[in-house]
Amino acid sequence: MTDVAKGYELPPLAVDVTRADLVRYAGASLDFNPIHWSDRVATSVGLPGVIAHGMYTMALANRLVTDWAGDAGKVLACSARFTRPVVVPDDDEGARIEFSGTVTDVTDGVATVTVTAKFDGRTVLAKATAQVRL
Amino acid sequence: MGLDQSFIGRAYPPGTPYRVSREKIAEFAKAIGDTSPVSHDPEAARAAGHRDVVAPPTFLIILTLGIVDVLANDPDLGLDYGRLVHGDQSFTHHRPATAGDRLTVTTTIEDIFARAGNDFLTVRTDIADDAGEPLCTGRAQLVVRGEDV
Repeated sequence: MTDVAKGYELPPLAVDVTRADLVRYAGASLDFNPIHWSDRVATSVGLPGVIAHGMYTMALANRLVTDWAGDAGKVLACSARFTRPVVVPDDDEGARIEFSGTVTDVTDGVATVTVTAKFDGRTVLAKATAQVRL
Repeated sequence: MGLDQSFIGRAYPPGTPYRVSREKIAEFAKAIGDTSPVSHDPEAARAAGHRDVVAPPTFLIILTLGIVDVLANDPDLGLDYGRLVHGDQSFTHHRPATAGDRLTVTTTIEDIFARAGNDFLTVRTDIADDAGEPLCTGRAQLVVRGEDV
């Protein structure tokens, strides 16, 4: 990883997110907001249906980074803005989110990775970055 | 109606310390499909120079989500939980969280402003270890959607 330079592209990641994944993430993260498991509640607040936790999408974006870096301890910082919901249907296929990452800066042995997350052809995160110690 | 800007700078003291366990790290890692040995195997973590298994980069959301409850339970702030949306999130790790850490969270409202009929809160969470050393600084923007938006 020490020869990583600006423009380096990380191995991409695609995840098919199902309702079961959302339930598992809800339990793991202790985020039991019903918009992530109840269509009734989700539609009552104006959503098309159950949506993925923004933090779940952000966690997957960082998994792209840690799969590459091999050590979560190398991630010094991470951030993301949640711009569009990922609607997760109640079926076996789920919602496919496609992640790609590019090194956009290297300074003093720390790489900035900018991650793009796309669902249904549109980005769902903005300014998704991670600072990774090389 | 906008949130009261006099709440800018208000700090909520830490609650009961949270103990990070190997089991919770493994559960969280599994939920996000993270199979890296340093987050599952204490030996692999030690070989990489860590004290114990390492939490994934967004693991500490477990602690910082509690701020929503804290804020929603402050009757003076008057936050409408049903209209609350997570706008953005960041974590700056001063050191990695590992199993065995005992952590406390102090929550501070950094900013409140209204824009296009919505209220925005910027909330900082300072996470410290047993020795009082800073472990992570989290920032969340929470959006309270307006009645007519």
